[in-house]
Amino acid sequence: MTDTSSVHSDGHSDEGRLDVYLDHAASTPMRAEAVAAMTARLALFGNASALHASGRAARRVVEESREAIARALGCRPGEVVFTSGGTESDNLAVKGLYWARHDADPRRTRVLSTTIEHHAVLDALHWLGAHEGADVEVLPVDRLGRVDLAALRAGVERDPDSVALVSVMWANNEVGTVQPMDEVVAIAHEHGIPVHTDAVQAVGQVPVDFAAVGVDALTFTAHKLGGPKGVGALVVRRELDVTPQLHGGGQERDIRSGTLDTPAIAGFAAAVEVAVAQQPQRAVELADLRDRLVASVQARVPDASLNGDPVHRLPGNAHLSFAGCEGDSLLMLLDARGIACSTGSACSAGVPQPSHVLLAMGYDDEHARGSLRLTLGHTSTGRDVDALLAAIAPVVERARDAGGVTRKAG
Amino acid sequence: MRVLAAMSGGVDSAVAAARAADAGHDVTGVHLALSRNPRSYRTGARGCCTLEDANDARRAADVIAIPFYVWDLSDRFHEDVVEDFVAEYAAGRTPNPCLRCNEKIKFAAVLDKAVALGFDAVATGHYARLVADSHGEVQLHRSVDAAKDQSYVLGVLTQDQLRHAMFPLGDSLKQDVRAEAERRGLQVAAKPDSHDICFIPDGDTAGWLRERLGSSSGTVVDHATGAVLGTHQGSYGFTVGQRRGLGIETPAGDGRPRYVLDIEPVTRTVTVGPREELGVDRLEGIRPRWCGAAPSGPVSGGTVQLRAHGGEHRARVTVDGERVLVDLLDPAQGVAPGQAAVVYDGTRVVGSCTIARATRG
Repeated sequence: MTDTSSVHSDGHSDEGRLDVYLDHAASTPMRAEAVAAMTARLALFGNASALHASGRAARRVVEESREAIARALGCRPGEVVFTSGGTESDNLAVKGLYWARHDADPRRTRVLSTTIEHHAVLDALHWLGAHEGADVEVLPVDRLGRVDLAALRAGVERDPDSVALVSVMWANNEVGTVQPMDEVVAIAHEHGIPVHTDAVQAVGQVPVDFAAVGVDALTFTAHKLGGPKGVGALVVRRELDVTPQLHGGGQERDIRSGTLDTPAIAGFAAAVEVAVAQQPQRAVELADLRDRLVASVQARVPDASLNGDPVHRLPGNAHLSFAGCEGDSLLMLLDARGIACSTGSACSAGVPQPSHVLLAMGYDDEHARGSLRLTLGHTSTGRDVDALLAAIAPVVERARDAGGVTRKAG
Repeated sequence: MRVLAAMSGGVDSAVAAARAADAGHDVTGVHLALSRNPRSYRTGARGCCTLEDANDARRAADVIAIPFYVWDLSDRFHEDVVEDFVAEYAAGRTPNPCLRCNEKIKFAAVLDKAVALGFDAVATGHYARLVADSHGEVQLHRSVDAAKDQSYVLGVLTQDQLRHAMFPLGDSLKQDVRAEAERRGLQVAAKPDSHDICFIPDGDTAGWLRERLGSSSGTVVDHATGAVLGTHQGSYGFTVGQRRGLGIETPAGDGRPRYVLDIEPVTRTVTVGPREELGVDRLEGIRPRWCGAAPSGPVSGGTVQLRAHGGEHRARVTVDGERVLVDLLDPAQGVAPGQAAVVYDGTRVVGSCTIARATRG
């Protein structure tokens, strides 16, 4: 089984159960290198902005970490802006770039994005629309979750001077579809429009080279690739103005204020280095494991269908729909057997809602509600997949019985 | 047993779940999301389906160390409870949505789903007792805490439902349950009891109904003379026995307070009169629900309770198929059609029916 014992000490009554973790897209266990890097610096109390010796000691860790991340991501150290994580980076990019671009030229009121973005982007965009007068245009995706490039081109060319920003996620957190970022960037850059991408799921799973792909701003976060929670970064080109959201000491290029969390940044950098170094080899292994998982589940439950792009896909992502089942029931029954996964649908106010991603891909409510997201990561082994395969058929059968009960009747 | 504990976020259901777990059962906590738009209930709500309540329930489940999930029952709740509530008021009756929720949601939709998922029982924090009789039947009894007894709102449950129910608080006093919650480290120990209808968060039932049914004016008339005493904006704002807010400008000739005696929804006529006119001693019930085998003819025992926190009335109860006749030996006042009459034999609940007519013999 997955060795998550070092981080799975919540004291719950899980004794005697399996410990099969298939929810790496939600968060993945800390890598040993990250734990070591962090714990070595936990007592390093200096403020990285201070001028004296203890400040210098902290700053050295921060800057070495920044340089390590830059090497791994193909960007310059000065382009790495540390934040509290993916949500803050997305908000900073979307709002900060919109404000700066709009201030520079008031005609720039449009933002082009997609229907399948994470809520950290979508809700930030909706907020800009509601409070700042931005015209938000969400581009459709096809059945596989790939952004409609013709719609992007048409949207840009309709009036390029009015576009403040294009934001397209690198890889989708639910169905795992990887977007053609090269082509997105090419279309936007023909007209000098900056591109932001949410690469939270991509870094460490697929090759991500900031300079090579040419995006202008890139969101990623530590805890999705084996680092700690509470730290992430926005990589943003030096030439680009970004209006800050958090005002204060101006620590990060005046774009983001707040005393830096030195140990967390050290852990973040250690995780990024290992994740990116291991990515080519690990991606092949994970894709093999994932393909076996999907094929074997479909052998046991023939009408289970794979959502998302079968080719342009995160190697660790398997997203399946089970007709006639509620994803909630599947999750609960698997959880009771010690298998952790996700329905892939965000909870809205505590109530599970059908995934906006699957609905945007053209699936109906029932298909969306019957979906399960199984995601593999750096600790996954064949035994995790075996455990799922042993449980899936009876679990689906049971969930189908319960699914019939909850239909509107009687 | 595998037990599904329905956790509202209140102190009672939290302690009930904890006791079920202590008893050795494999307990899973579930919060029922009943509102279609929980965010709208966020501010000032005292109902049972707010976000805070879901979080309180989740926190309690964490303390008890049981798995916890939220089940979305909002569509079923809306169809079976909320729409029924509105329709009943529109028809001039006074429904009790808690009975309806127990009958259709907690011990039907939730129980059915739980059984399908492999659970054996649904546990709730209701104050009522379940007792197995010598024939293997499960009897529903009043709780030992007379002030908190909730057997009335469970009087709609059938034998099959009762067999899959678990009420771990039935032998306890409320004050002891609160103290136990405190001992167990449950943060909800001091949370106030909920009293209002959960889907009407501000407690303004008339205003809530007006939003859904619109204003439709009618008259308030005197029962004896037929004289029009005033007008109103919707007959659903009244319930039989109501004294306040009648909108009558002139006092009664004898200077005594007047009460709603009757509501005629078609003509929207609200009839008022003196207190003694409220007295009834004969009830006709429909939609009977029996906790055990359906009785026929005279029912043994012979007390009825007519509202959730009302007293008992001695009565002769006769069952004629789907009709139930109740002759009250102790007359009752202000009995509204739509209310449930729950029949008791001592502390045991025999069953219930919905009051269709209340008259004086």
